[in-house]
Amino acid sequence: MATTPKRKRGTTRADNQASSDDLLKYYREMLLIRRFEEKAGQLYGMGLIGGFCHLYIGQEAVVVGMQAAASNEDGVITSYRDHGHMLATGMDAAGVMAELTGREGGYSRGKGGSMHMFSKEKNFYGGHGIVGAQVPLGTGIAFSYKYRGENKVCMTYLGDGAVNQGQVYEAFNMAALWQLPVIYCIENNQYAMGTSTQRHSSSPDLYERGKAYGIPGEQVDGMDVLAVKAAGERAVEHCRSGKGPYILELKTYRYRGHSMSDPAKYRTKDELDKMRKEHDPIDMVKKLLIDGDIIDESGLKDIDKEVKAEVAKAAEFAQNSPEPDVSELFTDILIDA
Amino acid sequence: MPIEVLMPALSPTMTEGTLAKWNVKEGDTVASGDVIAEIETDKATMEVEAVDEGTIGKLVIEAGTENVAVNQVIAYILEEDEDASALDNVSASSEPKKDAAPAKEEEASKEESSDKAPASASSNAAPVSASGAIERSDAEPRAMSVMNATQDEKTYTSFKTQTVREALRDAMAEEMRSDENVFVMGEEVAQYQGAYKVTQGLLDEFGDKRVIDTPITEHGFTGLATGSAFMGLKPVLEFMTFNFAMQAIDQIINSAAKTLYMSGGQLGCPIVFRGPNGAASRVGAQHSQCYASWYAHCPGLKVVAPWSAADAKGLLKAAIRDPNPIVFLENEIMYGQSFEVPDDEDFVLPIGQAKIEREGTDVTIVAFSIMVGKALKAAEQLAEQGISAEVINLRTIRPLDVNTIVRSVMKTNRLVTVEEGWHFSGIGAEIASVAMEHAFDYLDAPVARVTGEDVPMPYAANLEALALPQDSHIVAAAKAVCYR
Repeated sequence: MATTPKRKRGTTRADNQASSDDLLKYYREMLLIRRFEEKAGQLYGMGLIGGFCHLYIGQEAVVVGMQAAASNEDGVITSYRDHGHMLATGMDAAGVMAELTGREGGYSRGKGGSMHMFSKEKNFYGGHGIVGAQVPLGTGIAFSYKYRGENKVCMTYLGDGAVNQGQVYEAFNMAALWQLPVIYCIENNQYAMGTSTQRHSSSPDLYERGKAYGIPGEQVDGMDVLAVKAAGERAVEHCRSGKGPYILELKTYRYRGHSMSDPAKYRTKDELDKMRKEHDPIDMVKKLLIDGDIIDESGLKDIDKEVKAEVAKAAEFAQNSPEPDVSELFTDILIDA
Repeated sequence: MPIEVLMPALSPTMTEGTLAKWNVKEGDTVASGDVIAEIETDKATMEVEAVDEGTIGKLVIEAGTENVAVNQVIAYILEEDEDASALDNVSASSEPKKDAAPAKEEEASKEESSDKAPASASSNAAPVSASGAIERSDAEPRAMSVMNATQDEKTYTSFKTQTVREALRDAMAEEMRSDENVFVMGEEVAQYQGAYKVTQGLLDEFGDKRVIDTPITEHGFTGLATGSAFMGLKPVLEFMTFNFAMQAIDQIINSAAKTLYMSGGQLGCPIVFRGPNGAASRVGAQHSQCYASWYAHCPGLKVVAPWSAADAKGLLKAAIRDPNPIVFLENEIMYGQSFEVPDDEDFVLPIGQAKIEREGTDVTIVAFSIMVGKALKAAEQLAEQGISAEVINLRTIRPLDVNTIVRSVMKTNRLVTVEEGWHFSGIGAEIASVAMEHAFDYLDAPVARVTGEDVPMPYAANLEALALPQDSHIVAAAKAVCYR
């Protein structure tokens, strides 16, 4: 790297409450998720990743913004579209990619796959494949925080498809009844697999789904990392002060299909192009960085190169790590009593 | 080196497809995420995105080409500092890249050469089970290897008479006293003192933080309790009856039982799912079902079914202490029955060990839960007719105590299984297989199964009695296998 990126340290932008360092951090984190996912898509195409693979491209601002509002001690749990959440909690890209390829070096030693990864160390609790099931589970994690008197919050992510599962409301009710510190982050990417929100939801305003239980909700521009962070901070503050659960509906967009084999014929190309061109979460921060004179093009390029190198390293590790030993077939079924 | 763009697979089963259209031409600049081509299979059309940025150096495959193999190079992208001369060194091979998807043949040969090949690859008839207590050798009768297994249950000198209900309550109370992480949750467990009064007194002693009334919301509270167990709490979750747990079976199997495996051992789930199972009395089809074989089918769970008050106390304490998810199947009719229970705070029974309730020499009767009592009654009637029956109380369904069953069969040479549930894929079917696999040469008669009739439970008193196994059915089955 010949050029030193031009950056001003520690200055706070009055309009968005994020310092230059923060903006650079969000940019880098979102870019890492995007490049990681593009690489995952490529490895899938090469047959190196099997089964289902749900990419997070387009939704990066949601998890990066929420993590910016959370502390490292807070818990995170989500569905099967989970790669972005893992990277945002600080899990190692190589370990995540190696799990996608089903190798020994993966977070679950190859036994979980794309949809099932966990890191106790980073307080990431999966990676769940049944739509909506993570919602009571996340509520239970919040229950444990309250039971033990820990001032933590559980970020429980669900998609717009999951909001129609009955167990989500069973969880909402108990969380409100028992004032549990849980934030339900509804990632509304506008399609439950191939069914648009208009076609599956009697009301388009998903943030109101907690109304019957008295759970406050907010609709947030999920393509704007700073808006997500600001809303996340309000939600975290609400939970930490003992007021119980909070709902954030983060309006976002997934650029790719539901999974790798989805050609996404249920939406128009114009709709996708418009999102990409006018609302891309990474371009938005890039513009803030350039316009705010925080970094120049060559500085951004250096970040791009670093991120690309990290992803390339992860992909290499994921291909070189051996398949799990056959003895792994029979381990981790039960813990020795 | 120019970057190779490979023909992608849309699914793990796709081997080739049509390169329908190029959206770029040679010389175009592309960035990550740009759509460069469209490919088609019989199922779908998909866009191919560039993963790298640069200039399209060469389009190797023409638009409209059919049967393009997955992983074949379809284009080259030149990096920033490269020009077209970089393409001189690349030969556009029509062969798929070797280092991409692992070829199926290579995989197969790898497995053959491995001496630790998974069980499914073995052609031996008997499946090798991870939890199987016995090393199965095909050369000798399998039962030989279990001859030395011992059943070591501690002996106690002081006893008190208790109902099953009281024993269960005492087990929970004792474990709650010794471990702050243990809490009880369920419908009506606190203020109402339990729908069947099993949790009587717990709220008074432990307060509403640890004895928690839930809404009627089985799926939800099962997921919630499971999530709390991931964090190291030890919930004892009461289902008013296991019939209602069917609402929650997804969380029990998919979340509680499988997460340890899916997380590569990171996230355990120390939880007890307990409540009455099977038929009560005159409560109809939806409230009268045995779930033993449903749960016993699933790796990652232990399934326990006590009969006596001593079973209930010792096994529930063991279940609460166990770091794994446990399905603890009680029986409503047994709650009020009294038994002698060792008067000792440290009385705990091992999960996975059956108990011989009555010794005998002519026929082995294997039963669990309420059916143990019926089997003992049947054994008395059989004794009057000159048949000596050995009665095994399974106590644990999974892991099954294969040793105790097989040793008994080797002694009596005849086996009758008894369960309240339906026969199809029932526990009796599993035990019959165990006997066949481990003691085939010792059996003097086909195994007989006594089960509930293959009907939803009727309400009418006479029909209900006909649908459930009775002492007389057990006596008849035992006599049949003894050819008497």
